[in-house]
Amino acid sequence: MTGQPSERLGIVVAASLDKGVDVRLDGSVSVEEMVVGRYVAIEGQKRRFFGMITDVSLGVTDPSLAVTPPDVADAFIAEVLAGTATFGAIHVSPMLTIGGGADVLLEGPQPVKTIPAHFSVVNLASEHDMELVFGKEDAKRFHIGNPLDMETRLCLNLEELAKRSNGIFGKSGTGKTFLTRILLIGMLQKSKAVNLIFDMHNEYGWAGTREGWPPVKGLKQLFPSKVAVFTLDEENSRRRGVSTDFVVKIGYDEIAPEDMVLLRQTLNLTEPAIEAVYQLRRRFGKSWLQNTLDMENSEDNKQLLKEMDIHESTFQNLKRGLATIRRLSFVEPHAPVDAVDRILDYVSRGNNVVLEFGRHRDVTAYVLVANMLTRRIYERYKADTDTATAQGSAPPNPLVITIEEAHKFLNPEVASRTIFGEIAREMRKYNVTLLVIDQRPSGIDTEVMSQMGTKITCLLDNERDIDSVLAGVSGKNELKSVLSRLAPKRQALIFGHAVPMPVAFQPREYGTPESYAGFLHADRSYPSAQVEKDIEELWD
Amino acid sequence: MTELASRVGEVIEASTADFTAQCYELYEIPPLGSLVKIGDSAGDIYGVVCHASTAGIEPGRRPIARGKHEPSEAEIYRSSPQLLKLLKSDFGSLVVGHRHEERLFHFLPPRPARIHSFVYLCSPAEVREFSQSFEFLNILLNARVPVATEELVAAALRQMSRSYSDARAFLMAAGKELAVLLSSDFGQLKAILGRIKE
Repeated sequence: MTGQPSERLGIVVAASLDKGVDVRLDGSVSVEEMVVGRYVAIEGQKRRFFGMITDVSLGVTDPSLAVTPPDVADAFIAEVLAGTATFGAIHVSPMLTIGGGADVLLEGPQPVKTIPAHFSVVNLASEHDMELVFGKEDAKRFHIGNPLDMETRLCLNLEELAKRSNGIFGKSGTGKTFLTRILLIGMLQKSKAVNLIFDMHNEYGWAGTREGWPPVKGLKQLFPSKVAVFTLDEENSRRRGVSTDFVVKIGYDEIAPEDMVLLRQTLNLTEPAIEAVYQLRRRFGKSWLQNTLDMENSEDNKQLLKEMDIHESTFQNLKRGLATIRRLSFVEPHAPVDAVDRILDYVSRGNNVVLEFGRHRDVTAYVLVANMLTRRIYERYKADTDTATAQGSAPPNPLVITIEEAHKFLNPEVASRTIFGEIAREMRKYNVTLLVIDQRPSGIDTEVMSQMGTKITCLLDNERDIDSVLAGVSGKNELKSVLSRLAPKRQALIFGHAVPMPVAFQPREYGTPESYAGFLHADRSYPSAQVEKDIEELWD
Repeated sequence: MTELASRVGEVIEASTADFTAQCYELYEIPPLGSLVKIGDSAGDIYGVVCHASTAGIEPGRRPIARGKHEPSEAEIYRSSPQLLKLLKSDFGSLVVGHRHEERLFHFLPPRPARIHSFVYLCSPAEVREFSQSFEFLNILLNARVPVATEELVAAALRQMSRSYSDARAFLMAAGKELAVLLSSDFGQLKAILGRIKE
């Protein structure tokens, strides 16, 4: 161990595995420096314990002190009492243990199954400790930020992260988008996974907005050879000066009844109208949408509807909804090129695809396109994976699909019926996982939430949202107090599969030339001469 | 000789927990709370002066007022020099530790002091050595003495602090120890702290 002097905080005075460890602070330690979310190391007799400060409190030895407070104006008395008759205390949730001796390297940190003995010394976790737990930046680990109040780099194993569906949550304006960009860059550099990003607000592809600041660079600007920008709105992209690789058009015949299920609420369709869609599909085949829109109010058609047992008002309701879809500029009777083919073409070559929505920022377009494309991509992936398994060949590149406003796709009402619900539940069987971004996690189906591997959450203050994000996590109540006290910007809590223990952290900087240079440097697959050149250009 | 210079009296009454010494000179009593030691053949015994008194040598005979026609108190003694022989000053000390084979212990010695052992005032160096540990505070706090415990503890700490160049640091450390010992009696703690703050 590189003996970096660690700061002694106090001693363990009470502990229970269930409720955590109570630590009495030494007199010299200022209570005000103890912040919730910091890490401490407890030196047990045989092993070291790792935990997070989850509560800070004040104590007195004699209750009469609180009733008749001493003369604190007297410096001598105040100083004598500090740390003796009056003391600070912290509550620590133990998370991991590291066995003593050489097995540390072999076993690594283990989940905590016991508690430290009475009066074990508690230190602030040193940089070295943190490195031991979270690992160093290497070929698979990506530096995503720093633990709160620490210089240590918090590194995530993104290979591991990309294997499961993950979620990024937080109120609007807390930095979800920045965090997502960092994660996407990480996955782009350190994992084999390829990303497909449904970019509702045009934030990821070329440039992103920043409140009160000039725009930040998007993925394409940083990694031009690895990222392709697709757009649904060519004109808008051109106006923003984005060089796009492909313009996505959706044909009527590509829209299936399953897509309509998701749109029921946004298009204000009734339940019978959705039923009618299925019947129309059976009747007309792939061209059902075109045919339905073409149906005039003639006697023949009335007869037809009667045959299908569709009520007139239901039909009108459906038609109004379909007209909304028809008005979307990217929807055409026949798409010249199949967007799914094109996306898969890029993905199979290891290129990441950002699909910009341009002006189409309304939920209808987003839900329709994201669901339709994902459904078809997933079907192809399923088939490819099955073929690969049967033939013993290499499976397709792992694909991570990023969706925003996830509660629209994954709310309890529709989660069981949409493709996203299926992907979230089936996990990585078919090499497709989700990166879910949402501001109302309580709106997401609990089953889907429970299947998410790693969750990163910025500040949330709605009780139900907090509960749903932390559902099933051990030490939930303690984490709750950490989560609800995160700063409103640039602070997040990560927990789950990809990290050995929950950690509150500050995401690394994004948006300055130095930060871009940092990202490019971390990319080992990138030729170093190119890096230098890129950095020079960035500074210009 | 320094030993003679710091010799303040002789033990005239001794028990395990305390002893009484008579001063060699009338009124030359070590201050309340000062650290004294008995140079016993078996080893040193340390005590803290916890009370003192001056009275006539014969228990039944009380002194009478003599100064009606004298201009000052000093004149009384000058005109009646026998007074210095008829009066005596005693001081009582609580035993707070002992030294045995060069080691210092902050608890009671196995045997009380012998009568007529000499009592010395400890030098600043000895005071510093003894006060490295505050365990004597517990003995003082629990003792039954004619003066109030708060007064005794405060006086002892004030006396000891004079041997230190940084008296405040010493008093602070002692105060912290007291805060722990008196964790359930804030009133007493407050009384002592009030008496030792500068």
